[in-house]
Amino acid sequence: MMTRSGTFDARRAVRWGLSAGLVMVFTSSVGMLEAFDGRMVVDPILSLGYLALLWFVPVAGYRASVTQALEGMEAPEPGTGNLIAGLMTGAAAGAVLGLFTLLTTAVNLRDVFIKLSPLLNDLLTFGLDTGPGVILMFVIVTLLGLGGASFHLLTAITARRLVLAVEWVVIVALLERVFSQILRQIGLGSLVTQVYRQGGLRIWSAIGVAAITYYLIGRVKFPRSFVREKLTVPNPADRTRNTLVAAAIVFALFGVLPWLLGSLLSELLSTVGLFLLMGLGLNIVVGLAGLLDLGYVAFFAVGAYTAGVLTSPISPAFAPRISWWLAVPVVIFVSAIAGLLVGTPVIRMRGDYLAIVTLGFGEIVRILFLSDWLAPVFGGAQGIRQIPGIPLGVTTVSGANPKTIIYFAIGLVLLAAWVSWALQSSRIGRAWTAMREDETVAESMGIEIVKAKLYAFVVGAVFAGLAGALFAAKVGSIFPRSFALLVSLIILVVVIVGGMGSIPGVAVGAVVLIGVLGGPTQPGLLQEFAEFKLLIYGALLIYMMLQRPEGLLPSVRRSRELHQEEFLQDAWLGAGGEEPDEAAEAPV
Amino acid sequence: MALLEITGVHKAFGGIQALGGVDFHIDEGSIVSVIGPNGAGKTSFFNVITGLFPPDAGGIFFEDTDIGGWEPSAITRRGVARTFQNVRLFPNMTVLENVMVAQHCRTRQGIWGAIFRTKAFQDEEALIEEKAKGVLSFFGTRLVGYRFDQPAFALSYANRRRLEIARAMATEPRLLLLDEPTAGMNPRETRELTGLIGRLRDEKGFTIVVIEHDMQVVRDVSDRVVVLDHGVKIAEGSYDEVSTNEDVIEAYLGRPAGERSG
Repeated sequence: MMTRSGTFDARRAVRWGLSAGLVMVFTSSVGMLEAFDGRMVVDPILSLGYLALLWFVPVAGYRASVTQALEGMEAPEPGTGNLIAGLMTGAAAGAVLGLFTLLTTAVNLRDVFIKLSPLLNDLLTFGLDTGPGVILMFVIVTLLGLGGASFHLLTAITARRLVLAVEWVVIVALLERVFSQILRQIGLGSLVTQVYRQGGLRIWSAIGVAAITYYLIGRVKFPRSFVREKLTVPNPADRTRNTLVAAAIVFALFGVLPWLLGSLLSELLSTVGLFLLMGLGLNIVVGLAGLLDLGYVAFFAVGAYTAGVLTSPISPAFAPRISWWLAVPVVIFVSAIAGLLVGTPVIRMRGDYLAIVTLGFGEIVRILFLSDWLAPVFGGAQGIRQIPGIPLGVTTVSGANPKTIIYFAIGLVLLAAWVSWALQSSRIGRAWTAMREDETVAESMGIEIVKAKLYAFVVGAVFAGLAGALFAAKVGSIFPRSFALLVSLIILVVVIVGGMGSIPGVAVGAVVLIGVLGGPTQPGLLQEFAEFKLLIYGALLIYMMLQRPEGLLPSVRRSRELHQEEFLQDAWLGAGGEEPDEAAEAPV
Repeated sequence: MALLEITGVHKAFGGIQALGGVDFHIDEGSIVSVIGPNGAGKTSFFNVITGLFPPDAGGIFFEDTDIGGWEPSAITRRGVARTFQNVRLFPNMTVLENVMVAQHCRTRQGIWGAIFRTKAFQDEEALIEEKAKGVLSFFGTRLVGYRFDQPAFALSYANRRRLEIARAMATEPRLLLLDEPTAGMNPRETRELTGLIGRLRDEKGFTIVVIEHDMQVVRDVSDRVVVLDHGVKIAEGSYDEVSTNEDVIEAYLGRPAGERSG
């Protein structure tokens, strides 16, 4: 018998290689390589540009060389077959990139593809002449493919450690702004220049981070499981005490957070808070009640304009100039009414129809605020300016001092999270879930669909209205274009990527998307990404839909829903592989 | 006095006459079976009673109140609950949640109670859970214990049917409409369910209308049998009367070739 260890699927390897090559061609021709090149990841050797260009090759190399075992057959030993497949993947990818480089040097395509600059060619050939440069790049890409494939030869834990070590180096490097700011605040500013250079880790610190991660994986308990253990200890007295300790730690962290983060990052975090607030609201409408609302930004606009008109001195026809605090109850009331107004006509619609109609409503609201007809009150395209901020004792809190406004953002988010949680685990929350599962049956089981839907719309609208009020106080002037359709879509993406129906999931989604990549108009932590933000959003969304549709931190119910088969299998195995009463009696 | 009195109910979908003037009544505490060949209008009959489709004409009197055209949720609150022919649970909710949610119309805590976790809210939640567990324990050990927290889709087919009955029971109805409760069950499960239908009346005091194809079940449980065909009631009476009725036999088997009905 021939050993199977040397077998590999050449077509598969080449296919992956060509895909990886096309990804690289795409990344270079949209200008990512060039735009990110100024930012280092590991100082002299790897820039963010090259990382964006090359990261997919080892992944493709790994995936292409997966040996597929038929069910019931013994899996072939990993060996040279995997390596050859990886090498082929890398070579194919390298060849595509090499041809692309030759093409761009030989033919001038800049009239159409404006990003294909001479600088790009320099980067693709490492500043060498075309010939040696292309060959060097080909060799590097090929080796990367091989490197990806070689992970099959490692033991599972070593592979995991290596991957996580690389991931953490990248994360620590990309969060340079956060870490250096914190280091400076706690008086270790001198360390910053020793650890970081040009926005990336110095090579020695990168090796340090990798080594620490490599060592720690699998050797220490991770905080999440530790916390979960502490919070679910059986003894109720201990549990209460642990919960209190956890709450105290969280509050203390929030207390020092703005000081630690400084103005810029506080600003960023309060934007995250705003979107998280809206995300939680939309999560109730979409995630719990299952009503796909694509015009959610309308309520955000209503809240912002209500607060703006009531507090600003210069709104033309109507300017009561009341304090922000007094405006908040009005905002809640008005956005609740807006929720009812949008909700009532669409009550009988389901699914796609609901999405389209709410989309229309969202645009109608924006156009109303933009219209000349309502310009005397809402200022038309001029918007409302000089919104005074939140009076707090002797000072006024506005966007000018982000270190204070962050507390309002955090406060509202905590409130919204509590309300979401409380509603989710209550009579009305159960009714929403039932309605999402099967509207007709829910109705026959005594749930008043009209009421339940309107409740969802109203609660969601109030969350967005509050976010709007905070937004108005924060930015000081609001314009109709701040409330474009894109905002609705981005909030929806936050909810989907984070995990529909899951409160921690929405929080993670907001931090990752809004915090790191940036909101519709707000810059995120990685300002280099600004130009490619929507591209990355889209790519991430597609990836999530294909690989992890339940989101990053899914709710139990939703992952059950999307993985019923696996769940059933687990349940079956868990029950000892038999159904105690019926299976025994099943007719033969 | 009849608990449910139906007079001349009509229902048409486009040109198809689903129900053509059905009269029906059921007394408190009895079990009536509705039988008939496929497409006879049995399920439409249930849908009209429970308000999923409003009747085109005719009266549906539940305890002398005309509930024709009411919202389904209002009819459920008034005291009519049903199960579905093709089991329709809330598949991703747990067994316990499925039954808890059915008490929606018997409870009243709203948004404020939930947000502030008031005493009244907590008491009501505890009561809902307790009642739900009580209802599930009606089925012996099948739906209790670790089953409480299993999603409904993980249950076996027979248990799903049982859970659907439990969910209907949790709405605290006076009248229970069971749509083919034994469909797809094996003989042993069918026998058990026959006994269960009796217990539903004797122990829980429900009045029951049951659509059923299994004639053995029909014979064992029914006080009276109503036969529908093409949306019209063609016979009514005890099982023995109905099973020998010529119209009924004709509806099920067709008439011998060469014969003409008058």
